[in-house]
Amino acid sequence: MAINWFKYSSPASFYPLAGRMIPWAMAVGVLTGVAGLYVGFFVAPTDYQQGESYRIMFIHVPAAWMSMFTYIVMAVWAVAGLIWNTRLSSMMATALAPTGAMFTFIALWTGALWGKPTWGTYWVWDARLTSELILLFLYIGFIALQASIDDPRRAARAGGLLALVGLVNVPIIYWSVKWWNTLHQGASISFAKAPTMAAEMLLALLLVTLAFWAYTIAVALMRVRCEILESERQSSWIYETVEGLR
Amino acid sequence: MFAAVRSVLIRDLMLAMRRRADVLATLIFFVIVVSLFPFGVGPDAELLRVLGPGVIWVAALLAAMLSLGRLFAGDYSDGVLEQLLLTPQPLAALALAKVLAHWLLSGLPLVLIAPVLGLQYGLSGEALRILVITLLLGTPVLSLLGAVGAALTLGLRGGGVLLSLLVLPLYVPVLIFGAGAVDAGLSGMGVEGHYSLLAAFLLGALILAPWATAAALRISVE
Repeated sequence: MAINWFKYSSPASFYPLAGRMIPWAMAVGVLTGVAGLYVGFFVAPTDYQQGESYRIMFIHVPAAWMSMFTYIVMAVWAVAGLIWNTRLSSMMATALAPTGAMFTFIALWTGALWGKPTWGTYWVWDARLTSELILLFLYIGFIALQASIDDPRRAARAGGLLALVGLVNVPIIYWSVKWWNTLHQGASISFAKAPTMAAEMLLALLLVTLAFWAYTIAVALMRVRCEILESERQSSWIYETVEGLR
Repeated sequence: MFAAVRSVLIRDLMLAMRRRADVLATLIFFVIVVSLFPFGVGPDAELLRVLGPGVIWVAALLAAMLSLGRLFAGDYSDGVLEQLLLTPQPLAALALAKVLAHWLLSGLPLVLIAPVLGLQYGLSGEALRILVITLLLGTPVLSLLGAVGAALTLGLRGGGVLLSLLVLPLYVPVLIFGAGAVDAGLSGMGVEGHYSLLAAFLLGALILAPWATAAALRISVE
């Protein structure tokens, strides 16, 4: 049986599918989030070097992972929209950007809170911190560009091109910052070699990561449904699918 | 194709020569920004010598931003850009000609005046030489990358601020290796690595940026 992969690239058939997926993603997000934070905050042993403050890592690390991964996913959607001219792909990119920016901000914020007791300072010009900050700028640029273009078609394609340019540049920026950091200051803090992790810590990390994934999916789908409603407000299927509109 | 590229280049240069104030304004902006820093951080010669290369580089970035807004705006408003899109010559080549003109008008003057500003910061002859070479390699990258942003933000509300938001993060690698080269050279670490990387950025941008600029122009003008 041939599967028609493009069936759900039409907003009309994706809209109800997204609606059915949101509660599941939300449920997975809440359950794994509560479980992960419980394991992280109450079950996992206290770190012998950092004490209790290391526990912020259970939010910080998954947020940092999500921030980078979301940018790649967003760029892939944007580029797909550019190549196949599918409106839904571009809408997915638009819907993912604010969540990615939020996770980038959370990663920076929790990193600062963790850095104060551990390193004695809220901010160091560490390679990872700096490239995360630049990633936040890239997200903001993408959102600002799309926000200032009124024509949705142009907004989608301009965003796609910008995401593509960003995708080419992200590795260059990352390595530049890494080399810059090693050139300018000795490795005052090395956390590349982490002590071997207790199994509970790993479990908590993975659970919270799963929760962030599910949250991102749910929120992006909600946002994409809004995007669809806004851009398809002229078409008749909306009035057949969505109740109480007329 | 080369005839078309040359005529676009000559046209842009001639237009700029008829309105010299625009070109000079960018240059003077650069000089003023660099001259303001000592007022901010104090006249300590040792501190200024350390800050000098970085300040000059950041000022070059800002000056490039300032002039990028005009790169396509005039042609966009009077319809020349649409004619360029309709020509049989590849748009990327024409975009490259415009970028080249932009660099000759706003990048090259900065490179030429940078040694004078470097002297104000007490940089040695060797440091000045490295600074000029890195600027020579780096400022074309600023024009090339900036052109993509300028094409994307064509005719938008708040285009100038938006342009800097899009483009400045992308300038980080050039800034790192441009400003870092002087430090590396003076501390005896060798600057060939920095030169090579800047040249690599230049070649990469030279190959990719004109296509991206052409694509962005088609998106913005259609």
